[in-house]
Amino acid sequence: MTVDSVRPPLPRRPSRGRARRDLRGLVYVVLAIALVVTLLPFAWMALGAVKTTGELLRDPAGWLPQHPTWGNFAAWFGALNIGKFFTNSTVVAVFTVLGNLVFCSMVGYALAKLEFAGKRVVFGLVLVTLMVPGVVTFVPLFVVVSKLGLVSTYPALILPFVATPLGVFLMRQFIAGIPDSLLEAARIDGAGDLRIFARIVLPLCKPALATLAILTFLGSWNNFLWPLVVAQSSDMYTLPVALSLYSTGQNSTNYGVLLAGAVLIIVPILLLFVALQRYFVQGIAVTGIK
Amino acid sequence: MIDTPIAVAGTPRRPGHRGGPAGARRRTTAIAYAFALPFLAIFAVFMLFPLMASLAMSFTDFRSINIPSPINVDFVGFGQYVALLRDPEFLRSVANTAYFVAVGIPLTMVVALALAVALNSGIKRFRTLFRVGFYAPVVTSIVAIAVVWRFILQPDGLLNGALKLIGVAGPDWLNSTVWAMPALIVMAVWRNMGTLMVIFLAGLQTIPADILEAAEVDGANGWQRFLRITLPSLRPTLLFGAVVLSVGFLQFFEEPFVMTQGGPLGSTLSISYFTYNQFGFGNYGTASAASYILFIAIALLSIVQFRFFRSKD
Repeated sequence: MTVDSVRPPLPRRPSRGRARRDLRGLVYVVLAIALVVTLLPFAWMALGAVKTTGELLRDPAGWLPQHPTWGNFAAWFGALNIGKFFTNSTVVAVFTVLGNLVFCSMVGYALAKLEFAGKRVVFGLVLVTLMVPGVVTFVPLFVVVSKLGLVSTYPALILPFVATPLGVFLMRQFIAGIPDSLLEAARIDGAGDLRIFARIVLPLCKPALATLAILTFLGSWNNFLWPLVVAQSSDMYTLPVALSLYSTGQNSTNYGVLLAGAVLIIVPILLLFVALQRYFVQGIAVTGIK
Repeated sequence: MIDTPIAVAGTPRRPGHRGGPAGARRRTTAIAYAFALPFLAIFAVFMLFPLMASLAMSFTDFRSINIPSPINVDFVGFGQYVALLRDPEFLRSVANTAYFVAVGIPLTMVVALALAVALNSGIKRFRTLFRVGFYAPVVTSIVAIAVVWRFILQPDGLLNGALKLIGVAGPDWLNSTVWAMPALIVMAVWRNMGTLMVIFLAGLQTIPADILEAAEVDGANGWQRFLRITLPSLRPTLLFGAVVLSVGFLQFFEEPFVMTQGGPLGSTLSISYFTYNQFGFGNYGTASAASYILFIAIALLSIVQFRFFRSKD
């Protein structure tokens, strides 16, 4: 069900029809202007990515490229080895998503449907850590990761984000809404908790799992401060790390290549977003209104 | 945390009553912890331990040179916290964060509400296009965004080019102690309005259409309906949006990190950025105390907002 379909259409009143049409026209104009302004940075970035650095320096406010070139993109696919960074970003994001789906739904089930000693403590900890700013744990976390010998490995990029309090909260809230009678019926038929979880709870959780997958994928793909610190060898860089280091390194004035890099990071996530936009919107609405 | 399940599951509540209610309860406890164990193990190592370590460090004069031999660290009680409240640089970062939050949150909420109301006003065509377009900045990487916005905000960049058209000479945004913060606020509004718009849209759709219609029949115009019906009905959603946004905005870090490095002259140094710098200088005790002050501020604000939200709901 999409957000649009919830609202029943207002019946039109003939006497007010004209005024309403005028108002609607105005709404379209305002929305269109707002949309153009919102998307201007993307449009300028895409056009800038096919300009030479010389042109960008000569006319930083210009729009249409004088001599369009693919050279900036060629640099990324050639010497800058973007394929490796793309693979790293993808591997990290996929495992982060899978971990959250499995671990958060399991503990969510325990918190929502099982009575056990220490339940309030566990849920309380989850709620408190929801609000912890990232900067609080930053250095001790780095010490933990380096003591475990994980610096510049995939686990260092994945493990700290693989079981998030937000995911637990989301799954716990959603599973709590599943009627107990469904689970009791299965229990009477002799099903154990593992089977109830896998056969009844998980299939009913698809919307929440989709939301969680999207939120964690997005967070992982765009995460940059932590990867910047723990990915210390270039073969472990994720896309944002590679672009961030390029933009502050000795090539920082190579503006055309920088813009092409920005396009290459944004395009995959934007395509994914357009393809899954219904789920994105639903997800925000679910986490928002819950 | 990890060894609690064994201890709890092994605690006999009513000795001698195996298989009774106590036995059943022990069994569910064991099963529940089996479900929770993978999460708890990771959570303990990568979240709880760092959180506790940071809290402990905030009461000491821990510095990076103490890592090899932490035995030399002195307990200073609330000394770090007291010193911070007297540190002009920290107070500056508090003021900057307050400025960002106080201007950025209302601005984002007004823009997002206007977009949501417009999208919900009965238009039928291009709704998906508008929604996707307004939400697009939310999904994009801040590193990529920074590259573009640095161009836009250059002295002879896109923004000043547009301002020149209406006869205004724009400043050197990112190198001005006055204008750097407003520039970052505009960027943050652009980056966050999509999230709130979606939340507000969902809230707007819970307002029953017949109430609005009845008001229209009674002669209320669009603006009156918005003020008297839409806004009051939307209050829980607005408050929720405010909470979500303030938890994020209080941690203000990414924009100055990629755009201004906290400058010029500390004018965009936020609390998170101050903390990050202190970690960088090796002042772990100071950094931990600063980060806990931020944590407490976020927690207090959330509690206050949720209380308010619950009592009026």
